[in-house]
Amino acid sequence: MIKAILVFNNHGKARLCKFYQHYTEEQQQHIVRETFHLVSRRDDDVCSFLEGGTLIGGSDYKLIYRHYATLYFVFCVDSSESELGILDLIQVFVETLDRSFENVCELDLIFHVDKVHNILSEIVMGGMVLETNMNEIVTRFMEQDKLEKSEAGLSAAPAKAAAAIKNIDLPSLPKDLKLPDLSKLPSFR
Amino acid sequence: MALKNVKRSIDRIFDKNLQDLVRGIRNHKENEVNYISQCIDEIKVELKQENVAVKANAVNKLIYLQMLGYDISWAAFNIIEVMSSPKFTFKRIGYLAASQCFHSDTDVLMLTTNMIRKDLGSQNNFDAGIAINGLSCFMTTDLARDLANDILALMSSIRPYTRKRAVLISYKIFLCYPEALRPAFPRLKEKLEDPDSGVQSAAVNVICELARKNPKNYLSLAPIFFKLMTSSTNNWVLIKIIKLFGALTPLEPRLGKKLIEPLTNLIHNTSAMSLLYECINTVIQGMQSHGSSIQLCVQKLRILIEDSDQNLKYLGLLAMSRILKTHPKAVQSHKDLILQCLDDKDESIRLRALDLLFGMVSKKNLMEIIKKLMIHVEKTEGTQYRDELLSKIIEICSQNNYQYITNFEWYITVLVELTRMDGASRHGSLISSQLLDVAIRVKTIREFAANQMAAMLENAHAISGQLRRNGMQEVLFAAAYICGEFAELIEKPDSLIHAMLRPRVMTLPANIQCVYLQNIMKVFAIALIQAEEEEDNERALNLTRVLLEKLSLFLQSSYIEVQERASSTLSILKYIEKLQVKESLVAEEFSILFKGELNPVAPKAQRKVPVPEGLDLDAWINDPPSSSEDEQPEEEFPKKIYDELYSPTREKRKEMSPEEIKKRKEERLQEQASNPHYLMNKKQEKKTEAADGYQKLDAEVDPGLAGELNISVPLHVPGLPSSERYLRMEQDRQRRAQAEKTVKKRHKKRGKKKFVHVSEDEEEDIAPTHAVDIVQEEMPEGAAKTDSENETTKDDPYRALDMDLDSPLTPSETLPRPRHHEVRSKPDEEKVVKEKKQKKKHKKKEVKKHKKKSRKAPTESLLVEEPANEQVSEVTQNTPDTIEKKENKAEAKDDLSFWLSNSDAVSAPEAAKKVEGPEKVVQVNGIEEDEDDHEVAPAKEKKKHKKKKDKKETKKHKKKHHNVNDTVEMEASSNLQLSSYKLLGENKEIKLEFETRSSSREEKKIVVSCLFENLTENHIKNIEFNILDTLNTRLVRTGGENSHDAVPIPFSLPALSRNECQLQLTASSVTMPQRMRGTVTYMVQDQEHTKQEKLDFKLHLPCSAYLVTTPFSSVFLFSFSNHFTKLLTSGDVPDKASVKVDSKGIPLDHVLQKLCFFLKLSVVEQVGDSASLYSSSIQHHHICLLVKAAANGFISVDGKSNNASLLSNIMDQAKEIVQG
Repeated sequence: MIKAILVFNNHGKARLCKFYQHYTEEQQQHIVRETFHLVSRRDDDVCSFLEGGTLIGGSDYKLIYRHYATLYFVFCVDSSESELGILDLIQVFVETLDRSFENVCELDLIFHVDKVHNILSEIVMGGMVLETNMNEIVTRFMEQDKLEKSEAGLSAAPAKAAAAIKNIDLPSLPKDLKLPDLSKLPSFR
Repeated sequence: MALKNVKRSIDRIFDKNLQDLVRGIRNHKENEVNYISQCIDEIKVELKQENVAVKANAVNKLIYLQMLGYDISWAAFNIIEVMSSPKFTFKRIGYLAASQCFHSDTDVLMLTTNMIRKDLGSQNNFDAGIAINGLSCFMTTDLARDLANDILALMSSIRPYTRKRAVLISYKIFLCYPEALRPAFPRLKEKLEDPDSGVQSAAVNVICELARKNPKNYLSLAPIFFKLMTSSTNNWVLIKIIKLFGALTPLEPRLGKKLIEPLTNLIHNTSAMSLLYECINTVIQGMQSHGSSIQLCVQKLRILIEDSDQNLKYLGLLAMSRILKTHPKAVQSHKDLILQCLDDKDESIRLRALDLLFGMVSKKNLMEIIKKLMIHVEKTEGTQYRDELLSKIIEICSQNNYQYITNFEWYITVLVELTRMDGASRHGSLISSQLLDVAIRVKTIREFAANQMAAMLENAHAISGQLRRNGMQEVLFAAAYICGEFAELIEKPDSLIHAMLRPRVMTLPANIQCVYLQNIMKVFAIALIQAEEEEDNERALNLTRVLLEKLSLFLQSSYIEVQERASSTLSILKYIEKLQVKESLVAEEFSILFKGELNPVAPKAQRKVPVPEGLDLDAWINDPPSSSEDEQPEEEFPKKIYDELYSPTREKRKEMSPEEIKKRKEERLQEQASNPHYLMNKKQEKKTEAADGYQKLDAEVDPGLAGELNISVPLHVPGLPSSERYLRMEQDRQRRAQAEKTVKKRHKKRGKKKFVHVSEDEEEDIAPTHAVDIVQEEMPEGAAKTDSENETTKDDPYRALDMDLDSPLTPSETLPRPRHHEVRSKPDEEKVVKEKKQKKKHKKKEVKKHKKKSRKAPTESLLVEEPANEQVSEVTQNTPDTIEKKENKAEAKDDLSFWLSNSDAVSAPEAAKKVEGPEKVVQVNGIEEDEDDHEVAPAKEKKKHKKKKDKKETKKHKKKHHNVNDTVEMEASSNLQLSSYKLLGENKEIKLEFETRSSSREEKKIVVSCLFENLTENHIKNIEFNILDTLNTRLVRTGGENSHDAVPIPFSLPALSRNECQLQLTASSVTMPQRMRGTVTYMVQDQEHTKQEKLDFKLHLPCSAYLVTTPFSSVFLFSFSNHFTKLLTSGDVPDKASVKVDSKGIPLDHVLQKLCFFLKLSVVEQVGDSASLYSSSIQHHHICLLVKAAANGFISVDGKSNNASLLSNIMDQAKEIVQG
C-alpha cells in the first residue's frame, strides 16, 4: 500500500499532497516538513530509499523518492510494494505529467494542482496501484478533459476567454504582474 | 430569466479561479496569511451562491488551500453539494475535495450514500470512476456495508475501466466491513483470470494485500497464481505474485519445491532488476531449505551490493539481512563487503550495513567489529546516525543474553568509553541500564565494575559538564548504584564518599541525587566496618562528621524526595555520631540496614503475574472522587496534597465519605480563621508545597516563594578544581584503561578457565577470562509459561479479515470466526428464503435482501457484534422450558446444514425443500453462512444433551447427526441410547470426551469435537490441546505455529461447567485406524494460587471417523436400489469381506440402528430380514454392507468396497458393534 504521495520543491514548498490515510492538516504539514528535511539533506547520488520518517509510517514503511530538477516526488509505501517498482511508478507519473502538460515544469504543478490530482487518480487509487500503462493513463485523462470541455460548452466561453487573457504567457509570467483593470470592468454589469 | 442567468455567469467570470488564487498568493509573499484569510472570506461568499459553477470554483480553491495546511472541513457540506452536481466537471472537483479532506469521522458522509450509489451506477464510466476513486479515500463501515453490493455489481461491469476500480476498491470494503469478504470472494477470484490485464492486476493486488495479513486462507489460490506467474508478462503482476508466494511458501513447503525451478529460472534470465530482487526475496523467505538456491541468491546479492547504483546496493543489503536470519554462514563470508558499506556516504546504506553486522557477530569477531563501530561513532557527525550506532553497539553486545561476550571487563570498558564520546546522545539511560544489568547479573565482574564506577564517580564532577552535554548523566545513576550495592569491593570507600558528596551533585537530576544519597550510606556502612576493623576510630568519626556536614546541604534541595532522604539520613548519622563519641561499635548494626542479596527481575515479570481470581483491576479501590473536591478553593489544594502525603491519618482519610470531607474542610477553614498562628504555618507549608509543585510541574508556585527557593543555588558553587587538571587526569585514566584492556585481551587469549554459559556455538574455542555466571532473571510464580504476550491489538483491522475462504460449505469450522448477519426470519419470509437458496449463485441479490432484513430486525445484529459471547450466554440462559423449543431449532438448523454440507449441485433443491418445513429457524444469508452457524449449533445442542441425559434427546441427537432413512427413523422410537461421544481422558479435575465429524467436502480433514468438562469447584483456564502428529494425521494449527505447538482452546471453564471445542485434523490416508498420543494442559485456579496441570490421552480414530453419512437416496433419488445394485455388480467395488456374529438376541432393527449410528452408514433398502447399507469415506471410497439376520440369532455382514484395508477395518468395527 502507498500511504502518501508528496511532491515538493527544493525549498520544501508543497506542490501536491495526497494522503491515503487520514491526517489532520496540521499533521500533514508536519509530515511534509519532516519529509523534506529528511530528503533534502541527501545528495543526489545516494540511494532513493529512506527509513526513519517518524511522523509517517513506522518500521514497515519506507520513503521512496526521486528528485527531478526542482521537484522531489516522494512516495511513502509499506513492505507490500516493491521498492524498484515504486521507483518505476514515480517515473511513470512524471512522464505522464510531461505528456499531459507538454514539457512539464514546476509552474504547471503550481497552477494546475487539480489536474495533477486527476492524473494521479488514474495511476494510484486509495493507496493501491491502479494502472501503470502510460498510454492508457494519458488516454483516459484526455477523454475526461474532453468531456469536461464539452460540458462547459458555450456558456464557458466568456470564462475561457477571461482565463486565456489571464493566462497569457503563463510560464514566463513576471511575478508582479497584476490584472487590476480586468476585474473592474464596469461595462458588463 | 435566461438573461439573468447569463448575466450572473458573466458576473462570476471575474471571481478568482484557482490560477488567480495561486498567483495572488505568490504575489503576496510578505502577508500571505492575510491574503489567504481574505480569500477564504471570498470563498465563503461564493459558497453561498446558488450557482454550482461558482461553488465548484470555490471548492477547487479550497483544495489548494487545504494543501497549504488550512482546515477546510467547515465546507464539508458545500463539497457534498458540488459532488452531487450532475456535471462531470463539478462532480470531479467535489470528489477530489472530498478525497482530500473527508475521513471516516466526517459526519456528513452519511448523507452521501445514495449519491455515491447513483454515481456508481452512472452511464458515464468516468462518473463511476471518480466516485470509486473518492470513495477509496473516505470509506467508512457504513458506506462499505451499504455500497458493497453496488461495488460487487461493478466488478462484473463490461467496461474494464470501471471493473478495475471496483475490484481494487473491494479491498477497502473488506477492511471496513469484513463480512463482505466471503460473499465477494468467488467473484474476486474470478477476476484473477479476467481478460483485461488491468483488472487482473487489480485483483492480484487486492488478494496480495489480503493475503499479506492472513496468508493461510489463500493457500488454495496457489495453483491459479502459479499459472498466472508462468503466463503473465506484466512485471507489476509478476512482482505482486512473487511477493505473495513469499508469504505463502513458509506455510506450505511443497509449494516452495514447486516454485524453486521457475524462480531460479527467473533469477537467471530476467533483465528487470525489480523482478530479480523480488524473486530473491521470495526464495529467501520460503525456500530456505534449498541450499543451492540460497547460495545463488547470495551471489546475486553480492553483485547488487557491489553495483555502483546505490539503490541496488541498498536493496542488496536489505535482502542480505533476511538471509542472515536463516543462513548466517552464507552471509558471514561477505563480511568484508559489509564492513566496507559502513564507510558509504549514504546513511541509508550504512544503517542497513549496521543491521547486518548485528547478525554477523560471533565470539571471535565481536571485539573487532565493536572496535570498528566505536571508531565510526567518533568519526560521524549526524546525531541520528551516531545514536543509531550507539544503540546498535549495545544491541549487538547484549543480544541473546550476552551470548557473544567473552570478556565482560572489556564490555564495561566499552560502555564507559561510550559515555565519553563527544556529541549529544539520547542513549544515556540505555547505557546506564546496561551497566546495571551487567554488574548485577555477572557476579565475577562486580569488583571491576564497582571500581570503574567509583573512578567514574570520583571524576564525575570534572566530566559532569561533558556528561550533561552528552545526555549521559543517567550513567551516574548506574554508577552510584553499583558502587553502593557492591561497596565492599571498592578499594577506597572514603575517597568515594568524598567524591559523591561534592556540591556539584546537587545540580544533577533529582532521581540521581536520590540514588546518590542512598548509596553514600551503603558505602559509608562499609567504610565504617573497615575503620572498626582497623580500630581507627578517628577515621570513622571524621567520616561521620564530613557526612553530617555535607549532607545538610541536601536538606535545602528543591526536590522533595531528595530533601526527605537527606533528612532521614542525617538523623541516622547523628545517632551514629553519638554512639561513636561513646566509642561503641556501630558498624555491624548499621550495615544490617543494607544487607540482602539483590536478584535481577525479568523485564516482563510484572506482566506475567497472573491476576488473582476475584481481583478487578478496573474497579475503584475507594469511591471515585466526587466532583465536590474539585470545587475546593485553589489555595486549599496544595495543603491537601501535603496532608495526604504526610498526615499519619491519611489511610483513614481515604475512607472518608465526600460529605465527611466537606464537613472537615469547613471545620478546618474555621479553625484556620481563628488561629493566630495560621498565617505563619501557611507560609511554611506553602514553601514545601512549592517544592512539591515544582516537581509535579504544577503551575501553582507563588512567584515570590520561587525566589526564596533559589537561596539554595549559590550554596553549591564552591571553588571548583581546574577542569584542565581533571581533563589530563581523565586522559591518563583512559590510557590506563586502554592498556588494561589490551592486557585483558592478551590475557583472554591465554584464558584457561571454563565458560559456564552453555552454548552450542562451535566457536567456543575462545574461553572467557572469567567464569561468567549470567544470573537468570526471576519470574513470578505461576506466570504463564508461554512467551507469546498476546499483544496483538484488538482493533487490528486485518484480524477481522482472517476467515476461511476455501471451504465455504464445510459443516464445521473449528475456530470461532467473524460471522455474517444471522437473522431469524419469520415463517412468512421462508418463501423468500427458499427462492434465495435456489438462486444461491446470485449473491448480490441475496445480500441485498439479507440487509433489508437485518435492518428490520436491528436487535439481531447484536449477534454480529459479539459472536463469541453468544454461545456462552445462550447456554446459560437456557431454562428448562425453553430447552425443548431450542432443541427443535437446533435440530432444524443441523439438518439444514447437514444437507448443505452434502449438497453439491444435486442436493441444493433438497436443501430448499427442507427449509419449507415447519422449522422456525433459517439462515438467510446464503449458503456460506450456514456452516458458520453450524459450528455453534451442534455445540449448543450437545451441551443440552449432556445436561438432560434423557432418552428422547439421545434419540434426537442421533437423528440429527446421522440422518437415518425414514424407515429406520420410525423404528428409532424404540428406546435406544446411543452417544457417539467417547471418553478421551479423565483425571480428578477434568474430563474429556470426543466425537469425530467428517464431511465429504473435505477430503483430507476431519473434525474432532472435544468436550471439556470441569470436575472441580475451581476455575480452569489456559487450556491447551496438543497431539503428537503422526505422518498420516496432523492437528491443524493456526497461523505460524509450528508442528509442536499446542492449540489454545478459546474458552475457560468455570466450576463444574463444560464446553466444547472443535479441532481439525488432517489425514492423508483414511484406510487405517489411527492411534495418537496427546496432551491437554490447563491451569487450575483456586482461591490462593494457580497450578499447571496436564492430562495425557490417547486419541483413537477408527476408520469410521473418516466415513461420511451419504444417504444413497440423496444421490439417486428414485431408483436407488437399481443404482445400488449396479454399483455392486459393476467392477467399482472389487474388495469383499464378510463376518458372522452372534447378536445375542438383539433385533435386527437395533443392530441396524447402531451400525448406522456408529459407522455413519445409511440404509439403502431394507427387505425382510436383510438390509443394505451404504456409506462413503471422505476420500470417496464406497462402503456397501449387506446385513442379514441369519438363523439362531446370528447376524451376517457382507461388505464390498473399493478399498480392502478400509473395508476390513470397518468390518472389524461392525463386528464389535453388533456384539455390543
